[in-house]
Amino acid sequence: MSTPGETGTEAWPLWEVFVRANRGLSHVHVGSLHAPDADMAVRNARDLYTRRNEGVSIWVVPAVAITTSDPDAKGAFFESPAGKNYRHAVYYTKSEGVKHL
Amino acid sequence: MSDTAHGDVTVDRLALADELAGSAADGIARVASPEVAEYALRLGDDALVNAQQLGMWITRAPELEEDVALGNIGLDLLGHARSLLHYAGTASDRSEDDLAYWRDEPEWRNAWLFEQPNGDFACTIARQLVASLYWFELYGALTESTDPTLAAIAAKAVKEVDYHRDHAVQWTLRLAGGTDESRRRMIEGVTVTWPYVDELFADDDLVERLAADGVAVLPSSLRPAFEAAIDAVFAEAELERPSGRTAYTASGGGRGGSHTERLGPLLAEMQVLARQHRGASW
Repeated sequence: MSTPGETGTEAWPLWEVFVRANRGLSHVHVGSLHAPDADMAVRNARDLYTRRNEGVSIWVVPAVAITTSDPDAKGAFFESPAGKNYRHAVYYTKSEGVKHL
Repeated sequence: MSDTAHGDVTVDRLALADELAGSAADGIARVASPEVAEYALRLGDDALVNAQQLGMWITRAPELEEDVALGNIGLDLLGHARSLLHYAGTASDRSEDDLAYWRDEPEWRNAWLFEQPNGDFACTIARQLVASLYWFELYGALTESTDPTLAAIAAKAVKEVDYHRDHAVQWTLRLAGGTDESRRRMIEGVTVTWPYVDELFADDDLVERLAADGVAVLPSSLRPAFEAAIDAVFAEAELERPSGRTAYTASGGGRGGSHTERLGPLLAEMQVLARQHRGASW
């Protein structure tokens, strides 16, 4: 399965960038970039994605290391929850005094 | 100012004034003496000329990511230049723009290193390696200046230059340890840059007087730390300082206003818009 954005023709490999905005939050995917190696990828990510105070931590992952679900199999993969309301907790009566459920 | 004050890019004279380190916004607005202004002008011109050089890399770097990295470094340097030129201008009632756009070549005080051509990527990296290692030592020492404006500018600059240093070191290691061709170019870059190192560390009457008052940092005092730092990089990259037939020392003279042929065209490009369209704003 191919990696999105990876054409194999670039001089530098593609890296996916994850930035954690604050302590206590998780790293969130913010985009991708090219870099010759992991150390330079972190530096490029700093320049591209955190120069306006967006983050406190950066992860970079080689794009080739990411295995994606098959877009053509979207139906079989993601549709089964639809029409199965019993999977959702919608038939419960909220207990008295519970404000934020 | 909140820590996200730089988040919005606005070209607004008042907003820009707030960003100047050591300006009225920091509560230490001072008027520089003529000698302090001359010193600030030297440092500011170094930064501005180098910023302009790095701007030329935009769309020409090996990858888009390097366009951004070099552009970022250039913008940091532009920030240093703005603060320093603003301060220099207080002595003669000139604005930072007056000094940047309305001085001709003999009035510029930058060292020759900063006006040397970009060359190829390795050549630029070699120049930035020397420049950032020099600036890191300079601004580190200048934070102790008895002049509060210079100390404030240095305190802001030293953190940024620390990153510039890292960028140059990382690329020096990769180019020197990459392919035969990248290594050849890195060695060539160091060779053409090295003649301009001496001028950075040359003392003269002005800095000696200012250093005696604790205002300026004596350039020669920075050299041991600079050499230790660059020798460590060279050792890791398996490079050597140029010696023998390829090693020479440029005569320098930038602090006195004599320059190499490169500065004129650089200034022309930088100044043309301001001079052709007086008072242009956008």
